[in-house]
Amino acid sequence: MSAASPPRAPDGVDLRAFLARREMLLVVALAALLAVVATRFPSFVTPRSLGGVFNDTSILIVMALGQAAVILTRSVDLSVAANVALTGMTVALIDAHHPGVPLALLVATALGLGLLLGAVNGALVWLLGIPPIVVTLGTLTIYRGLAFVLSGGAWINSFQFTPAFLSVPRAEVIGVPVLSWTAVAAVALAVVVFGRTGVGRSWYAVGGNPTAAVYAGIDAGRARFLAFCFSGLLSGLCGYLWVARYAVAYVDVASGFELDVIAACVIGGVSIAGGIGSVGGAVLGALFLGTIKNALPVVNVSPFAQMAISGAIIIAAVALNTRAERRRGRIILRPGASRPAPAAVAE
Amino acid sequence: MGARALSSVLRFTPPRDDAAALPAPLLELRGVSKVFPGVRALDGVDLTLRPGRVTALVGENGAGKSTLVKILTGIHRPDGGEIRVKGAPVAFASPQDAEAARITAIHQETVLFDELTVAENIYLGHAPKTRLGFVDWPALRARSAALLYGLDAPIRPSTRLKDLSIAQRHLVAIARALSVDSEVVIMDEPTAALSHKEVDDLYRVIDRLKGQDKAILFISHKFEELYRIADDYAVFRDGRTVGSGRMAAIDHAGLVKLMVGRSVDQVFPKAPAVIGAPVLEVEGYSHPTEFAALSFSLRRGEILGLYGLVGAGRSELCQSLFGVTPPSDGSVRVEGREVRIRSTADAIRAGIVYVPEERGRHGAVLSMPIFENASMGCLGAVSRRGFIRSAEEFKLARHYAERFDLRAASLSQPVGTLSGGNQQKVVIGKWLATKPKVIILDEPTKGIDIGSKSAVHAFMSELAGQGLAVLMVSSELPEILGMADRVMVMREGRMAGLFERAGLTPELLVEAATGNAGSLH
Repeated sequence: MSAASPPRAPDGVDLRAFLARREMLLVVALAALLAVVATRFPSFVTPRSLGGVFNDTSILIVMALGQAAVILTRSVDLSVAANVALTGMTVALIDAHHPGVPLALLVATALGLGLLLGAVNGALVWLLGIPPIVVTLGTLTIYRGLAFVLSGGAWINSFQFTPAFLSVPRAEVIGVPVLSWTAVAAVALAVVVFGRTGVGRSWYAVGGNPTAAVYAGIDAGRARFLAFCFSGLLSGLCGYLWVARYAVAYVDVASGFELDVIAACVIGGVSIAGGIGSVGGAVLGALFLGTIKNALPVVNVSPFAQMAISGAIIIAAVALNTRAERRRGRIILRPGASRPAPAAVAE
Repeated sequence: MGARALSSVLRFTPPRDDAAALPAPLLELRGVSKVFPGVRALDGVDLTLRPGRVTALVGENGAGKSTLVKILTGIHRPDGGEIRVKGAPVAFASPQDAEAARITAIHQETVLFDELTVAENIYLGHAPKTRLGFVDWPALRARSAALLYGLDAPIRPSTRLKDLSIAQRHLVAIARALSVDSEVVIMDEPTAALSHKEVDDLYRVIDRLKGQDKAILFISHKFEELYRIADDYAVFRDGRTVGSGRMAAIDHAGLVKLMVGRSVDQVFPKAPAVIGAPVLEVEGYSHPTEFAALSFSLRRGEILGLYGLVGAGRSELCQSLFGVTPPSDGSVRVEGREVRIRSTADAIRAGIVYVPEERGRHGAVLSMPIFENASMGCLGAVSRRGFIRSAEEFKLARHYAERFDLRAASLSQPVGTLSGGNQQKVVIGKWLATKPKVIILDEPTKGIDIGSKSAVHAFMSELAGQGLAVLMVSSELPEILGMADRVMVMREGRMAGLFERAGLTPELLVEAATGNAGSLH
């Protein structure tokens, strides 16, 4: 407040720094991708079609947000797709066998069960100190196994569901399906949790420097536990959304989807080393991956080439990530970095 | 060169019966210097090692001993000066070069591989090969066994390293040094973690190495053992060689004088303090392994200096007080009320904060912006109904940024992009924001430039003036003498003295920290 301090530090983020951020880079890459597809197939970029792509990607977006929280704390949650399968199967069975149960209760069940499954992961990581990748590799199998036990391996097909169960995600509010609105709401929730709560801040702190976080009075184990809970909660929600959207529930629902979710985070600039990443990045990463998956078939790329292209993009994104992080390292080491150096801020 | 050094010895050493028999130097350093950003770690050191002799290297913490070891083992490259091996100038571009020049260091915590066997550790990187280029296992085992036998070490070559004691690991490291036929063996505080008997065994091995005409550089803080084992000494202070000669020609007090050697010429901005009631009272505080039976108190407005050599248990005490590692016994009272500190959150709540020594590792989250680091310890104060308000956060960060004259382009800048001194300001700001009663500063000015140092000192004085109780851990005697109202000295985990500011001399502190000659363990 006083005029005494010589170089007044501006509080806001300056424009150049903003443009240089990965989020902007992703927006540009996404626009370029759409432009290329548009030259071959103009109708892909109509608002209606793009809305369809967004709706298609909604589940990936929601789950990428949960995964981003976990990855921020230097962990990974491999069990998210199995969580979808188990919660999806559970609510499908309830709906098929007890059509009287109101939808709101089913959604609450999905949320609650998802949260519980996430909490199990988190508790194992926190209390037993098992590495997250091992814990979730185990629970991935357990959760899918439970889905098999519950269903006996049988499918629940579209005619067994109540109409409300299937129609709500498709229902349009102001011309946009509820499924898309759910993704928007999840993004809003994540923006608040990541940026405006102590929990979100502790995820960044624990991932960025666990020791410093402990020294600041943050319980690193608890922060990680809560990240797994957040991921589980959103996965549980997606369990209902997935089954309702595809109107079928079986054991292998969303098989392998955890890799897409992690890929979306990585493409979006969430650092596997923890502590770096943003909600916007995770959303854009998911949208980028979703757009690729929707656009490539349109321009007649074979499914196998599609997989190869997705993989190449993930590696390119990680390469960019590491480069960006290494460059920052050099700035720390440069002896004269104490002076305010505008060029260095453009990082 | 070798002849000249020899003649200089002849000229200046009083005639003794074995003076003429001094062998030519194996390793010579002349005017070696090394500059790190902001710190001149070595400022022209001289050192001479001769075959068959043990040279003791002594000096305060930060005198440049570790930097010297790193230069001799090819980890750092010197910025100036000359290193000669058997009279020929050498330049080490890598640790391999140093090994080729027959120089090996045995570190405090030996750098060996836990999961490999003893034999594999000894010959890693230079294993004997068969004619087809495969590792010749029988030869490797046989040679390892022979080396260990030569050291009188009852260790089987096929044992995994993780199953050995620390003393046995040292022997493996020595065997490794012998396996490359090292002529210069550097031992960096080899006895720090050894029992009495193990130390004796080590002495026997050293005597044996002397018999094989190895030149040994022995770094230690324990004066008794230096008198037991060393033939020559060299004393470092502030990156310079301030004295060297024969161990027999100098006594404990003489060495201490050389180590300290200077008056407190730096001006410290220590304001006369108004010292009030005790804030922190510690009674019988003990830790399973690091310290025992410590009792002291810290009063309002007081700066209590905590002095001791590396390994005296100072940082461990601070970390215990701050709830990082639990103590095994003792009580802590804050403003008369007994507190139980089981986590760092408990300590912060009790009003105790800790500014750690290693900022990068413990202090700040480098990838986080300045304002988020500043509010990390007191999120509650900038939140309303559980939601962080960024306007409040910026206000808090701006307050401390202005108070400390923080140099940053923006408060949204990651802390990692700041200089060391500015990072320190952010860390201290973070703690002050929690409104503490006791602040523990662990080596507050280590590795920061002179200008920032006096700013930190002025600020420390100001904090005490505002009624904060300050516990300042420091290895720098001028800092301790200049800033502390009282000084507590620790040695090997125990209280070695408590001194008032008046009448305090550097010699008094160093003598307490090193222990009087004769008081073995």
